[in-house]
Amino acid sequence: MSVRVYDAVVVGAGIVGAACADRLSREHLNVAIVDRGLVGGGATAAGMGHIVTMDDSEAQFALTRFSQQLWIELRPELPADVEYRQCGTLWVAADEPEMQEVIRKHRYYGERGVATSILTRMELAELEPKLRPDMAGALLVPEDAVIYPPCAARFVVARAEQHGAETFLGGTVERIDNGSVLLTNGTRFSAGIVVNAAGIAAPALTSTLDIKPRKGHLVITDRYPDFVRHQIVELGYLKSAHSVTADSVAFNVQPRATGQMLIGSSRQYGADHSQVDDIILSRMLRRAFEYIPGLARTSALRAWTGFRAATPDKLPLIGPWPEDRRLLLATGHEGLGITTSLGTAALLADHVVGRTPRIQPEPFLPARTFLEHVHA
Amino acid sequence: MAETMRRNFDVLVVGAGPAGLAAATSAARVGAKVGVVDDNPAVGGQIWRGEVSKATSDASNWAAKLHSLGVEVICGAQIVHHDIASRVLFAETRFALLEIRFSKLILATGARERLLPFPGWTLPNVMAAGGLQAMVKSGLPISGKRVVVAGSGPLLLAVAAYLRAHGAKVLAICEQASWNSLASFASGLLSHPGKLRQALILQRQLLGIPFWTNSWPVRALGREALERIIISRNGTQREISCDYLACGFHLVPNVELASLLGCALEGGCVRVDDAQQTSVAGVFCAGEPTGIGGLELALIEGQIAGIAAAGKSERLRELRGRRRKAQQFARRLEKAFKLRPELKTLPDSGTIVCRCEDVTHARLARHSSWRDAKNQTRCGMGPCQGRICGPATQFLFDWDPGSVRPPLFPTRVESLASVSYIAPAEHSQLTGERQ
Ligand SMILES: Cc1cc2nc3c(=O)[nH]c(=O)nc-3n(C[C@H](O)[C@H](O)[C@H](O)COP(=O)(O)OP(=O)(O)OC[C@H]3O[C@@H](n4cnc5c(N)ncnc54)[C@H](O)[C@@H]3O)c2cc1C
Ligand SMILES: Cc1cc2nc3c(=O)[nH]c(=O)nc-3n(C[C@H](O)[C@H](O)[C@H](O)COP(=O)(O)OP(=O)(O)OC[C@H]3O[C@@H](n4cnc5c(N)ncnc54)[C@H](O)[C@@H]3O)c2cc1C
Repeated sequence: MSVRVYDAVVVGAGIVGAACADRLSREHLNVAIVDRGLVGGGATAAGMGHIVTMDDSEAQFALTRFSQQLWIELRPELPADVEYRQCGTLWVAADEPEMQEVIRKHRYYGERGVATSILTRMELAELEPKLRPDMAGALLVPEDAVIYPPCAARFVVARAEQHGAETFLGGTVERIDNGSVLLTNGTRFSAGIVVNAAGIAAPALTSTLDIKPRKGHLVITDRYPDFVRHQIVELGYLKSAHSVTADSVAFNVQPRATGQMLIGSSRQYGADHSQVDDIILSRMLRRAFEYIPGLARTSALRAWTGFRAATPDKLPLIGPWPEDRRLLLATGHEGLGITTSLGTAALLADHVVGRTPRIQPEPFLPARTFLEHVHA
Repeated sequence: MAETMRRNFDVLVVGAGPAGLAAATSAARVGAKVGVVDDNPAVGGQIWRGEVSKATSDASNWAAKLHSLGVEVICGAQIVHHDIASRVLFAETRFALLEIRFSKLILATGARERLLPFPGWTLPNVMAAGGLQAMVKSGLPISGKRVVVAGSGPLLLAVAAYLRAHGAKVLAICEQASWNSLASFASGLLSHPGKLRQALILQRQLLGIPFWTNSWPVRALGREALERIIISRNGTQREISCDYLACGFHLVPNVELASLLGCALEGGCVRVDDAQQTSVAGVFCAGEPTGIGGLELALIEGQIAGIAAAGKSERLRELRGRRRKAQQFARRLEKAFKLRPELKTLPDSGTIVCRCEDVTHARLARHSSWRDAKNQTRCGMGPCQGRICGPATQFLFDWDPGSVRPPLFPTRVESLASVSYIAPAEHSQLTGERQ
């Protein structure tokens, strides 16, 4: 049987695999990208496309901010259908205690070189008149943006191809072992390095990974241009994203370039079917009405679900895997993989060529979970 | 938040066209408590649209029958979502959400026209044939207007006759099928006296209107609205000035609801057994969704489904015999009006295929599948949910249609938010199952 030989094989053509393939091919590696489905057809097609700086932890802040800057650098090259719009994020405080959080956040971002502004109740009402007028205020993060992820993935794959990468779609990887990649159809690849960027399916190929699917729901509306102008997120969102066990919902609405709106978001563990769960859906929507009552009367075109690849410490796995010296991981991006794809790829490429990365790589090294695993 | 209304039936029928009306009356006659839901303002479906107000019409006769049998008719309500495990459908009206429970369900959702893109088809006054007919029924003045009727299928004749009767100058009927295939179809009518009679009546109504086979529109032209069209007839092109082009390429069964409920499809139609039952137990299907077969077959299938859903078997033998005969006609219909491959070459690169999202033919042609195209171009993801461009791309690119996602039609967000609030007991039971 013939073997295809590459410097690097990237498994998964989601936004993360696409970005890794692009980076590696621009380091003059001969790259193959393999996906069982479409380019950008997995979680990448299901997500929201909010390019957001988050401060859940120092490491998360560093990676999201770094990644956001890479998106800003890439922006001039992005084709129109990626729909990059720097609409900014509004973190809405419903009450005074949440307003304290706005102030803390403002300081935190400021100390790390990200300018934000605090909006009073009046200023917020003026910026977003559809919000309930009795909100306490908000934090505006102006550099946050939204994109349309499937087209972004396609664009990044095309860029990799311009640098010589080859894409193989429709082939399922069955096994990765010491530089050898075996597909269920019998095709075999051999590579100096293999990148497991298979998203929630990564543990099927690297069995000791601790990644759990975390289900999310989204609803898209018909076109209502200017109904909301920013990605608007409740501050309580953090509580929702933090909780590691219970099902949770949080208000999160995104204006699309088309004038449509995406309404989110929900988080559920242990739900393995992709069907819409009406109970969660209605909790999520009712949460949204608490912030923007007028959403109730808009017209919904579709509801769907997607799965986030969640790690126990809520940070992605980026870098070498101790059990296989030719294997690199790029997965576990939970609800931030669209944003952090570019930073992930930069960290990975820096590791491969032995360059000093622009942010600390240690918090993301897969060895951290591996050690826990061995000691546990 | 708008209120939620509740109903409960032994047999629920979705669709009040011929199939649904026949199903509802048959089930009620043998004692079932029956409800009918339709999204139109009155019963009648496509064929008897807007006729219920006339003193003597098929639609008003059926309405009277439903009334006397105690069937509850819920019009202006669209089924948008379901919880089939709990035997519930959700319908939206202008003001409320309806939760409708049932023991047995009959899907009689009918068919829609297949529209195919060609340069200029998005110009104002280029319309779906049945769509123009419906607009005239609801008041669009057509008297004295020059109309070309084009595309494929018997519906073109019915529409042409209707428009002419309402004063339109029908310049021509252009049928893409060849004369030969129509001739063998017509000779087949001899074994269907009812159809033959209809055909003869139609012929009389259409007397003097040129009927061209081997003909189809290749381009519509006009500045702000339609002014002229170019027709290809037997391989040569000719230009015709007109005010309206009424255009449709036969029918596509409405299988979306069936598909959402998990009913198996076969060749684009809902698969049913001898009793019109689908692959989902207790869910029946009748009329066009099981295959385009026309009025007579819709009525017979409706009766069978109604009787079977009510748990009875009287008359089923006789009805099955009649169904077999009507199905032969349906097969002839399908063969006669098969779309010719040349129609795939009508759109040019700039022709819009998905009108909701403004996606051109050239952008679609780059993709390998419907899913890929949807993902990358959002084709089919607008308010019509791919009901128009889906069948078109299926024909143009041989793409398989994808799965159907809720809601079935655009739905108020508040209705979606109310769906699970209706029966907490049932639902906690459900989540228990799902986890
Ligand atoms: C509801 C929701 C909202 C979200 N919102 C945002 C947001 O606003 N901002 C943000 O930054 N992130 C968001 N995310 C997260 C983001 O979508 C993901 O983190 C990101 O898409 C992950 O990309 P990926 O490439 O790792 O995975 P995927 O896109 O899932 O790609 C993995 C690919 O691997 C392929 N694959 C898997 N197994 C195999 C195999 N054995 N052989 C071959 N191929 C294989 C799959 O086919 C797939 O294409 C959201 C996620 C959800 C679910
Ligand atoms: C546009 C059009 C015009 C036609 N005109 C003629 C004509 O003039 N003469 C002729 O002989 N034949 C005509 N036909 C063909 C005719 O429809 C069939 O021959 C046959 O009568 C179909 O009957 P049916 O009951 O299966 O479907 P239909 O008559 O199509 O009835 C189905 C009904 O279900 C409703 N429905 C569907 N989904 C839902 C939902 N989710 N919620 C609520 N309600 C729903 C529809 O609105 C419709 O009222 C026409 C077909 C079309 C598509």
